[in-house]
This record gives sequence, structure tokens and C-alpha cells, in this order.
Amino acid sequence: MGIMTELIIKNLSARVEGKEILRDVNLTVRGGEIHALMGPNGAGKSTLGNVLIGHPNYEITGGSIKLDGVELVGKYPEERARAGLYLAFQSPVAIPGVKLSAFLRTAYKNLHPEEKLSVNDFYKLVSSHLKKVGLDESFMSRSVNDGFSGGERKRLEILQMVILRPKIIVLDEIDSGLDVDALGLISDEILQFFNDQTAFLIVTHYQRILKRIDPQFVHVLMNGKIAKEGDRELALRIENEGYDWIRGN
Amino acid sequence: MEIQNMSKDEEIEKLLESVKNITSKKSDWEFKDSFKPQYTTGKGLNRKVVEEISDIKNEPDWMRRIRLKALEIFEAKPVPTWGPDLSGIDWENISYYNKPGDSNTNSWDDVPEMIKDTFQKLGIPEMEQKYLAGSVAQYESEGVYHSLRKVWEDKGVVFMDLDSAIREHPDLVKQYFCKAVPITDNKFAALNGAVWSGGSFLYVPKGVHIDMPLQTYFRMNNEGTGQFEHTIVVADEGSSVHYIEGCTAPRWDKNSLHSAIVEIYVNKNAKARYTSVQNWSKSVYNMPTKRAWVEENGQMEWVGGSLGSKVTMLYPSSYLRGPHASASNLNISLAGPGTVKDTGAKALHFAPYTTSKIVAKSISIEDGKAIYRGLLRINKGAVESKSHVQCDALLINDESASYTFPHDEIYEPTATFGHEASVGKIGTEELTYLRSRGLSEDEASSMIVLGFLDDVMREIPMEFAIEMNRLIKMEMSKMGAVG
Ligand SMILES: Nc1ncnc2c1ncn2[C@@H]1O[C@H](COP(=O)(O)OP(=O)(O)OP(=O)(O)O)[C@@H](O)[C@H]1O
Ligand SMILES: [Mg+2]
Repeated sequence: MGIMTELIIKNLSARVEGKEILRDVNLTVRGGEIHALMGPNGAGKSTLGNVLIGHPNYEITGGSIKLDGVELVGKYPEERARAGLYLAFQSPVAIPGVKLSAFLRTAYKNLHPEEKLSVNDFYKLVSSHLKKVGLDESFMSRSVNDGFSGGERKRLEILQMVILRPKIIVLDEIDSGLDVDALGLISDEILQFFNDQTAFLIVTHYQRILKRIDPQFVHVLMNGKIAKEGDRELALRIENEGYDWIRGN
Repeated sequence: MEIQNMSKDEEIEKLLESVKNITSKKSDWEFKDSFKPQYTTGKGLNRKVVEEISDIKNEPDWMRRIRLKALEIFEAKPVPTWGPDLSGIDWENISYYNKPGDSNTNSWDDVPEMIKDTFQKLGIPEMEQKYLAGSVAQYESEGVYHSLRKVWEDKGVVFMDLDSAIREHPDLVKQYFCKAVPITDNKFAALNGAVWSGGSFLYVPKGVHIDMPLQTYFRMNNEGTGQFEHTIVVADEGSSVHYIEGCTAPRWDKNSLHSAIVEIYVNKNAKARYTSVQNWSKSVYNMPTKRAWVEENGQMEWVGGSLGSKVTMLYPSSYLRGPHASASNLNISLAGPGTVKDTGAKALHFAPYTTSKIVAKSISIEDGKAIYRGLLRINKGAVESKSHVQCDALLINDESASYTFPHDEIYEPTATFGHEASVGKIGTEELTYLRSRGLSEDEASSMIVLGFLDDVMREIPMEFAIEMNRLIKMEMSKMGAVG
């Protein structure tokens, strides 16, 4: 067996503040696949992302999350990151005082201890990708997300992804708040990064990103449950008709 | 990316490493030894106790008169109620004077074994050998050790505990004693005036630049005691000096009181830096009065770290008395669970072209309360004077809070001043974000703390930053994981 990438979510249920949000979610994502996750506001899409990375406010009440055969439930967020999981947050939090360059380098060293990239080369790498996501170098000495505009935060999520090179990537509404040009830049970065060892779960409400990054699978989460699955036709139908017809089922 | 930024990141990496290595170490000052003082005035305070202290010290008449006057003032003044709750001070059950022994020596070999052990555990003799130009060690009420390198002694520098200085340099001491901080200043200063014992006297003659710091280390060991040292630092014309204070005490059940006076005289063209790192245990009420008089073109720098104690009220003040005098004040407070740090600074501009800069950083954990309380006064005639106040707060835990009470009295129209404030957080969201990128919880919180201290890192001793980090982590692990 060669290198594989496979995330298997089985019968996953989770609670926030005592409230059941996810019920029996099943989802499998493999290297080389692009999945879209859709669903109305409050359906539990972001909850799923947070549960996957081990956010401590979310309590798993049942089920399992396996990445390449290894159970992630019960593991710390940093262990999941090391296993290759990455979440681009819907609303990335600002962390005043923590400088982007120092943070990124620490993260990089933790995730790729075997790679001995010199400080200099590392900065060159970061610089080149900053440019690609449309941020200038001065961002490197700024605090993480602090004072960033909504779109800048989204760009930074993609920059981090490219530098940290995870395998399973959840993009939670990466397209919201991006201007048209930025959406183009970001989509190009994502597509360049994509290969048969990486997989994407793209959480979105809109077609505009799915037109650029074509999903093979579309899942609809409603009320904490996968209510419908299909291919890109499903996404198109939702764009035109909304969710009521699924609810009606 | 500039080289400067890169090397700074490397510095942070190194710091993170050192922080990691130190986390497992248990707090190493909270041990107690079983030393019993040779003599104590017993519990409570009255005229007899004050006279007894004066008798034991066999001090000059003028000092005895100051003590008795101060006692009257202390008794007349009410306990201040405008700040933190001080009702836990058990005035009647405090032993106000505790004499460890007879010896006050300049050789560690002559310090009583148990006390010597204590200071050794705290690393004092080692530090002295490596970094210090001189060192004084105080245990309970009295100095037990003092030394000054010969080069400085030869240049006329005086550094010893205040009791010894009164015997050996009475006129010099009398000139400065309670001038900047009069016994009428506040209830705790009056208390200190009445029962003061120990503290250091440092005199730097004209034009002498001491390039290594001098340090006094204060240790309280027995519960229910009070420590009331009085320290005087004089930087005479054109001289420069860096004086450091450290203090610790073990953890007790009964509350203790520490109420010091620190007076600093920065004469014309002189420069003084005063660094203090306070790590009292959580049973100590820490109520010092610290003040500097800064004359023409003199520079005063306060660097303070308040890590421990139950309640601290501390507002080091700078009286800028001559033209072009300047003061900078950097204070870092950590308010752990159940503790209150009511700290800040005062800058009073009496002369033209004077400048002051105040940077206050506070960290509060759980219900720990960090309060900034400041006073800025620019008198009429202090033309073109400038002041800047910056207050940054870091809240660890989503429920913590911080408060700022700046107070400005500006009477000079040509003066300029500004205030800045920021609040950061080590909350679940922040930690989870960093951890989801592969940082451990330790690394994530350290990174936030170091980031918070970034602009003052160069000003504070490295050990201090690491110690602070360690304390924060200890507190966080006690809370059960934040993340
Ligand atoms: N920390 C929390 N405390 C209380 N309720 C929460 C919390 N996090 C999520 N919820 C609730 O869980 C439900 C699912 O929220 P979630 O953010 O997962 O929705 P979503 O599908 O991502 O919606 P959107 O499309 O608007 O981003 C919502 O009702 C939300 O209010
Ligand atoms: Mg969402």
C-alpha cells in the first residue's frame, strides 16, 4: 500500500453547550477528491469543521473520525494537525501580539520536523505565496488576523494551508467576503495545491467557487444530518431552488 | 523580510524552547525553612513596640522621634477604601519586627546555616558572583548579608542595609531619609516610618558610572509577620546606576504585610534604573510607596514586575523637579486567581521640558483582577512637557476582566500627552486556532504571552519573562485546560 489519504467520518454526533447539533453524520473523503458541503444557515456545517479539528467547545457524543486508519476522536487539535487535517475557519480569530512569521514558522517546524528549511528560505517561501494570495510582505510582521479585513483573513487561511501542506482540508466558506479578483487568486492557489494525496471539503453557499473548483461530490447537511448527496448537479439545483425540496422529502 | 525581523523570530523560537524546558519545574521559592527569629516584638503595634525597635537598633534620637511621630500619623489615618479590599489585614496579629539573629556580615560563610541555605536555594550567591556589583540580603526584618565589589567601594560608592548606613554614614542618610516620601504621605508610609527595619542604602558619588547592577533580595519566612524595609538610592550628579530588588515568601495560611518605602534621588544629569521583581506568596498584602525625585536633566527608569501577593497596591511615582528631567515607567502585573493587582504609576511634572512615559501591562487569570490606576499631573509652567501612557491588558480565560483608572491633571497649555489602551485574550478560540495549526497548548499560550510582552521584552530580565510564563502555565493547568 502506498501513501494514501482517507478521512472516514462514521455516525458522528456532537453537542455544543448541551445542544445536539450533529446527528449520525457519515462522510468519506479520499485523496484526489473534491467534496462540497452545503446546507442552510445553522445546519451544522461549521460545527462539523470544528468537531473535526477537536475544538474543545464541541463534545463528541458518538461515532468516529479516522484519518488514514487512525482514530482522531479524543486527540488534541495539534495532534490532528500533525495527522494532516486543516480547517480554514469561517471567521478566523485575531490574535494580537502573535506575529504571523513567528507563528507560521513554529507551526511549520512542528508539522514538518524532518524538513530543515533555513529561516531565510522559509521566508522566501512565505513571501512568494503571500504574493500569490494577493498580500504584501508587510503582513509577515503583523499579528495573526489582527486588524485584517474579512477578505485578508480568508487569504491568510489559504496561505497557511499552502505553507503547512495538510492532506485533508476543510474550507469553511472560504469564498465569502472575497472580491472577484481574490476569488480567482485563491481558487488558483487551491487548485495548484490539489493533487491525488490531498482532499478538499468545501463548505459553501454559492456556485461561484464551485464553478472554479469543480466538486465530484456534493453533500447537503440539514439539521445536523446528511440529508442529500449527489454530484455537481445537486449544487446547481440548490442554487436555483433552495433547500425546501429536500426538506419536503 | 528584514534581517532584524528574522532574528527576532529566532529569538522567540529560542524563548519558546527555554519555556518548554522550564515548565515541569515546580515553583522553587515557596519552600519554607524552620528558622525561628531570635527576637520578635510579638503581635500587635503600640508605642512600646516602636520604642523597643528603636532601642534594639540603638539608633540616634532624630530617628526615634520620626518613628513616634509616624506612629501617631499611622493611627490617625484610616485604611484607604478607594481601592482593593484591605479588610483581610489582621493588624493586631502581625508581628511587626522580627530579628533573625545578630550577625550582619559580608561573608556568606558567616550567615546562619539555615538562612544561607534559603538564599542559596534562591540562587542569590551565584547571581552575585556572576552579575552583580554588590548585594544585600534581608531575612525578615534585618539585613543578614551585604557586599560591594572593591572597585566601587574605592570610588566612594556606599551600599549596605539602611541600619548599618545610619551607623556608618549618619549625615548622608539623614539628608535623604523620608524627604521624597514623607511619613505623612499615606497610612502605609506612616506605618513604615514607625516600624521600618532593613532596606538598603545606596549612594553613588558624582560622576561614577556603575556598569553592573546592585541587588537587594528580601525574604519573608514566617507567617503573620510584617516586613517594612526602607530603601534609599542616591545617584549623585552625573552618575549612573541600576538597582534591582527581588522578593519572595513561602505560602502561608495567615496573611502577612509588606509595606516598604523606596526613595530614589536622581540628581542633575544622573541616571537611575530601579528594577523590582515581586513574587510574594498569595498570603501577602503588598503596599509599598515608591517615589523618585528627578532633578535637571536626570533620568529615572522604573521597571517593575508584580507576579505574586494577595493584594498589591503600587504606583511608583516620579517627581520631575528640574528642566529636562525624564521618567519612564514600565510595569508588568500578573493577577492570578483570587488576587488583586492595583498598580500603575504617577508622573508629576513640575519643571519645563520634562517628559514621562508610562507603559503598563497586566495579565489577569480567572477572577484575578488587574487594575491600572495612574496619575499624570503637569503643573502650570512645566512648558513643553510631554507624557505618554500606554495600558495593555491580557485576559487569560474568557471571563477575566481588567480595569483602567487613569487620572490626568494638566494645568500647562503647551504640554502634550496621550493615552493608549489595548486588550488581548488567551481564550479558547485563540488557543484552538493556534493549536489547529500544530502548536501545542504550551506553545500557543506562550506565544500569546510573549507577543503581549514583545515591545517590552528588551527592557525586562529574560528570567522574568520565563518565570512569568511559567506562572501563567501553572495557573492555567490548575484551572483545568483552558483549551
Ligand atoms: N458555541 C456555540 N454555542 C451555542 N450554539 C452554537 C455554538 N456553535 C454553534 N452553535 C449552534 O449550532 C448550530 C449550527 O451552527 P453552525 O455554525 O455549525 O452552522 P452552519 O451550518 O455553519 O451555518 P452557516 O451557514 O450560517 O455558517 C447553530 O444553531 C448554532 O447557533
Ligand atoms: Mg458556518
